[in-house]
Amino acid sequence: MDALILQILNGLDKGSAYALIALGLTLIFGTLGVVNFAHGALFMIGSFCAVSLSKILNLSYVTLDETQTDFLGNPLKVKTPYVESIFGADLGASIIDWAVPLAILFSIPIMIAIGFIMERGLIKHFYKRPHADQILVTFGLAIVLQEIVKHYFGANPIPTPAPDVFKGSLDFGVLLGFDANAIIYPYWRLVYFGFAAVVISAVFAFLQFTTFGMVVRAGMADRETVGLLGININKRFTIMFGIAAAVAGLAGVMYAPINSPNYHMGMDFLVLSFVVVVVGGMGSLPGAVAAGFLLGILESFASMNEIKALIPGIDQIIIYVVAIIILLVRPRGLMGKAGMMED
Amino acid sequence: MSNSNFTRRGLLKTSSLAGAGLAMPTIFTASSVAAYTNEPDGSGVTLGFNVPQTGPYAEEGKDELRAQELAVEHLNGEGDGGMLNTFSSKALQGGGILGNKVSFVTGDTQTKSDAARASAKSMIEKDGAIMINGGSSSGVAVAVQGLCQDAGVIFMAGLTHSNDTTGKDKKANGFRHFFNAYMSGAALAPVLKNAYGSDRRAYHLTADYTWGWTQQESMQAATESMGWETANNVLTPLATTDFSSYIAPVLNSGADVLVLNHYGGNMVNSLTSAIQFGLRDKQVNGKQFEIVVPLYSELMAAGAGENIKGVLGSMNWNWQLPDEGTKAFVKSFGEKYGRPPSNSAQTCYAQTLLYADAAMRAGSFNPCAIVEALEGFEFDGLGNGPTLYRAADHQCFKDVLVVKGAENPTNEYDTLEIVEVTPRAQVEYAPDHPMFAGGELGKCNPGA
Repeated sequence: MDALILQILNGLDKGSAYALIALGLTLIFGTLGVVNFAHGALFMIGSFCAVSLSKILNLSYVTLDETQTDFLGNPLKVKTPYVESIFGADLGASIIDWAVPLAILFSIPIMIAIGFIMERGLIKHFYKRPHADQILVTFGLAIVLQEIVKHYFGANPIPTPAPDVFKGSLDFGVLLGFDANAIIYPYWRLVYFGFAAVVISAVFAFLQFTTFGMVVRAGMADRETVGLLGININKRFTIMFGIAAAVAGLAGVMYAPINSPNYHMGMDFLVLSFVVVVVGGMGSLPGAVAAGFLLGILESFASMNEIKALIPGIDQIIIYVVAIIILLVRPRGLMGKAGMMED
Repeated sequence: MSNSNFTRRGLLKTSSLAGAGLAMPTIFTASSVAAYTNEPDGSGVTLGFNVPQTGPYAEEGKDELRAQELAVEHLNGEGDGGMLNTFSSKALQGGGILGNKVSFVTGDTQTKSDAARASAKSMIEKDGAIMINGGSSSGVAVAVQGLCQDAGVIFMAGLTHSNDTTGKDKKANGFRHFFNAYMSGAALAPVLKNAYGSDRRAYHLTADYTWGWTQQESMQAATESMGWETANNVLTPLATTDFSSYIAPVLNSGADVLVLNHYGGNMVNSLTSAIQFGLRDKQVNGKQFEIVVPLYSELMAAGAGENIKGVLGSMNWNWQLPDEGTKAFVKSFGEKYGRPPSNSAQTCYAQTLLYADAAMRAGSFNPCAIVEALEGFEFDGLGNGPTLYRAADHQCFKDVLVVKGAENPTNEYDTLEIVEVTPRAQVEYAPDHPMFAGGELGKCNPGA
């Protein structure tokens, strides 16, 4: 029982990342009809927003410490962050410690701007082109973006820790009446799950309860009619592209302490997120979120030693097996519109 | 009436021979008048440095390339000479190799076997490389070693730690200076026993490919021989990025030590997950839970950040060693690049010098002469203490370092501290040891 609860918890944070990325993918597909293979790169750029802010906050001036030497035997260069000299050692250190949460604010305008530039500068030219063209150009863009990041940040993972207060793990087992250490779960992963829930709720509330969201939903249902009413739906869809980029970026920012950011991390999530979109139903926002969590949990269960002993290698294929089954028995996906992908 | 010697059968024979000749890869025919593949004409000699320049190990490849460039400088008499000044063999005097100025070409392995073979083949065929050096993966090393054997050039391996490289996949034209998984286990086990006791249960997470398998096998054998039990060994796919579902069951298994048979990005991510789950803060079986990373590299240690504090592992070499060879190399490298070299850089630098020295002592670039010069060669002054290139399997035998993550780093390069220099005698094994069984060294191939 405790092992099952543990894997459900594991699945929830994996599912959170899948759901956030798939939500953005679905927003873009539902509004603009574009299959955006560069969406994983936006997740990666979000993570590097956290890395960048951490580096900015750690910008330092150098003093020479004659009492210590570096590896060449020269006086050691001691770096002191400007933040610490401006705000004092304690407050400065706290600001640096909270770099990742602060990067949420830092990343939103950057990600929206990147989304606008991507959409206006490149992707809008491919609206009327076949999906294969869209996939090729956005996949190419993803590779360009990751190579740019690699050029500036290198190929190695860059440690970007969570604030000290979130280090360590919660012993769920004790709370639920199990033995100590039976179910432990890192605090930051709980924060990530909560954060994902807030972002997903905010996106749904924005689409459901604002006039802007209502127009966007109307445009997703019938773009031509909305256009005939004199509403510039393209402008709103461009804004939605920016919002989708921001959602992917926020998912990346908060993921930075879970796995040290590297230039390739977007690609690691991209294919899985597309599978999530297909399973949830192309164009269905609730479907993307539900499928994200469902597949995250299934993937965690498949990693259990007991399951792998029965079906070796199942942890690597479970998501694709589910996708194949869904495509065979319900091509529109779990919550897709009737007719979608069923022609 | 004409009298022709042509017959239909003869024409077919001639055509098929000509066709076979044309179809044969140029790698086997390009220097058919030479005594061996890419025999220099006296105007210079070209070395091929095959390192990951793209992909996840690009930073490691960059560091290898820095060291290889430095080695070429030193061979040509430029710079301060680095380890040429401390190398026990005095055949190299900075005048190139056998009077030939040394130049180099580079290839990108991408840490993929097929890409690495393609880049090595291109350097041999198109650029005339006479020796291939570098790499950061055992899969790549085994693939390129096989290619070099067939092509008739010498392969001086870079970072490759699988037992198989000089075990079942060994080749006469291939040489490994780097240590191996067996040596890691043999060096680490006594240190682990001293630090954590002999009554421990280890849980292994193992990268599911050749290096991971041999590393796990070596660690399990070494730790069980000192009394530890093995609670479980779970294979993790190489493409795994989130290890939480593999880490979560560890505490429930009754294990009190986690051995991460992972390297590179896998190691960074699995160690980060283990720390996030608070494993090192837990008490199991009345003992403090511990984590072991059998193979460390400085570049990956930097990627893991403060998560590696106090975590034990092993290395081939470290820039903090006090010997004269290390000091000379670190000075040369540090002054040129502004940073200390990694252990993959050191092995590539040493391998380049060892190849050049072997050619000088043999008086020839003929691969068979080089093989003869390197087999059984004993040397010192390259940073690892007295070292033997064993003839039976072309594996270097030397001291091995046991290190741990620095507790109080003073700068960005101060990531690991040396715990023990394990003497060579402790990590030696017989050439027919079961972990290295299978495969034949075969005969050297001069190509041409």
